[in-house]
Amino acid sequence: MPDEPVALQLTHDLTTGRAQSVADEVNNVVFNLADLRVSYGSYQAIRQVSLTIAKNEITAFIGPSGCGKSTLLRSFNRMNDLIPGARVEGLLAYHGIDIYGPDVDPIEVRRRIGMVFQKPNVFPKSIYDNVAYGPRVNHIKANMDDLVEECLTKAALWDEVKDDLKKSAYALSGGQQQRLVIARCIAVRPEVILMDEPCASLDPIATAKIEDLMRQLALEYTIIIVTHNMQQAARVSDRTAFFTAELDEDGIRHGRLVEYGPTRQIFSAPQDKRTEDYISGRFG
Amino acid sequence: MSTPTAASAASHGAPSLRGSRQPLSDRVFRWALFISLTVGVVTLAVLIAYVTIKGWPRLNSTLWTNMPSIRRPERAGAQSAITGTLWVIGFTALFALPTGILAALHLEEFAKPNSRFQRLVEVNIQNLAAVPSIVYGILGLAFFARALALGQSVITASLTLSLLILPIVIISTREALRAVPRNIRDGSLALGATEWQTAYRQTLPAAIPGIATGVILALSRAIGEAAPLLLLGAVTFITFNPTGPLSGYTTLPIQIFNWTKDSREEFQILASATIVLLLVLLLAMNLAAILIRNRTQKRW
Repeated sequence: MPDEPVALQLTHDLTTGRAQSVADEVNNVVFNLADLRVSYGSYQAIRQVSLTIAKNEITAFIGPSGCGKSTLLRSFNRMNDLIPGARVEGLLAYHGIDIYGPDVDPIEVRRRIGMVFQKPNVFPKSIYDNVAYGPRVNHIKANMDDLVEECLTKAALWDEVKDDLKKSAYALSGGQQQRLVIARCIAVRPEVILMDEPCASLDPIATAKIEDLMRQLALEYTIIIVTHNMQQAARVSDRTAFFTAELDEDGIRHGRLVEYGPTRQIFSAPQDKRTEDYISGRFG
Repeated sequence: MSTPTAASAASHGAPSLRGSRQPLSDRVFRWALFISLTVGVVTLAVLIAYVTIKGWPRLNSTLWTNMPSIRRPERAGAQSAITGTLWVIGFTALFALPTGILAALHLEEFAKPNSRFQRLVEVNIQNLAAVPSIVYGILGLAFFARALALGQSVITASLTLSLLILPIVIISTREALRAVPRNIRDGSLALGATEWQTAYRQTLPAAIPGIATGVILALSRAIGEAAPLLLLGAVTFITFNPTGPLSGYTTLPIQIFNWTKDSREEFQILASATIVLLLVLLLAMNLAAILIRNRTQKRW
């Protein structure tokens, strides 16, 4: 395990050397990944991922089912720790600190790196208590009423629910629930929001609202989104990483990063044949 | 409804949808299912009708205002058995519920799944649930009554019944916890909550309706138990209400047992009336469990 100075050194190398070749320029690096591998037991779900994620940008992970993009996303806030047998190797540095380092508390990681899930997972509580839950468990000292209003406003939900704050969150529609989950997530003041197919269970109108919201949130937060919807990646993201599932020489299926770059470039002039095929709908 | 299109479709030789007759095996099978169902329902109905008719003369307020009496059966009541049951069940709940719920919480939320220890504990809990209640009576007699010198007291009975229903409480609580969707826990943990905060602020509250259902059913099992209490020496004739945990006691099933042993007709009638009382109590508890379950279904 590298101690802190080593990790910082690695960051430096990646930003000056390798990152330059991956993308035109990545300023304000939030995450550095170097040869990251995630495995479940003896099965390696995703291999050899090296990329950098920039502050206040939206980075999209796209690729066919089973390419390991959700697995990779769950590594960013150590949610994979909760799956028995899951193991993360390689470097995943957050502001130069390896988040799998020996002194790192996963609870602290998850406070700074929030997550929005595929299915809106509101708590069986009131709308107010859903938003207030994170600050309460983290002992954040704040005027809770103001904080709830602020977060619901940022999540573009305040006007719809301000008179029903005591109502059960289950009374909301799917799209509203997902915005409530986003409000709940930003209530603990994270720097990064991970989104795992946040619109997969929503209709097009609710999806459009979430996409608008993401662009708003990107002014303040760094967002990584996993999506199956290529148009969505093209519409909202600044940078896109394309993953695919491949067979290795032993015939074992695993996920791999194929191409990473500015979204415009990935969708208009992909460098790799596999990316081009996927984008143009020839496979996946 | 004979619209022109429907008529023209019919005239074009539409396929017949009437189907063939139901095969004999189908009908036989359906009757077999129905008869099996009837056996259970009819038995319960006959039982209730029999004890209600037989106990009818004594189904009045003297049943719970008067104490048992050997010499004057026409004035005897079951008050000490009713209060005894309440005392015993109250303490049983006090011992078994926190222990059972916390044990289930540990097994379900904190223990390493599929470790050898976990599997051993699981098998043992399943086995304990299948141990005959008389065996718990022997254990209670040897350990609580004799070794701890608690004697023939409310507390001995409660501790013994707690052990008896503990496996049921644990198993039903685990099922209730397992029914809470994984993504509620994930949502809580992703906000930086600890596993303990997640368990007691999200998972446990969300599981409470399911836990309540299981707990009520476990307690109603304990209320109906006579065998272990007979071994613990609750047979004695009691004409006072318990005054504390170390007081002597009797319970409804024990009182019924005592009265049915007596050959006098008045006591047989009294026993039937008390059985009705016990059945009403148990059915009310089961009804409460069903209501709780129905009210809280489909939350996710």
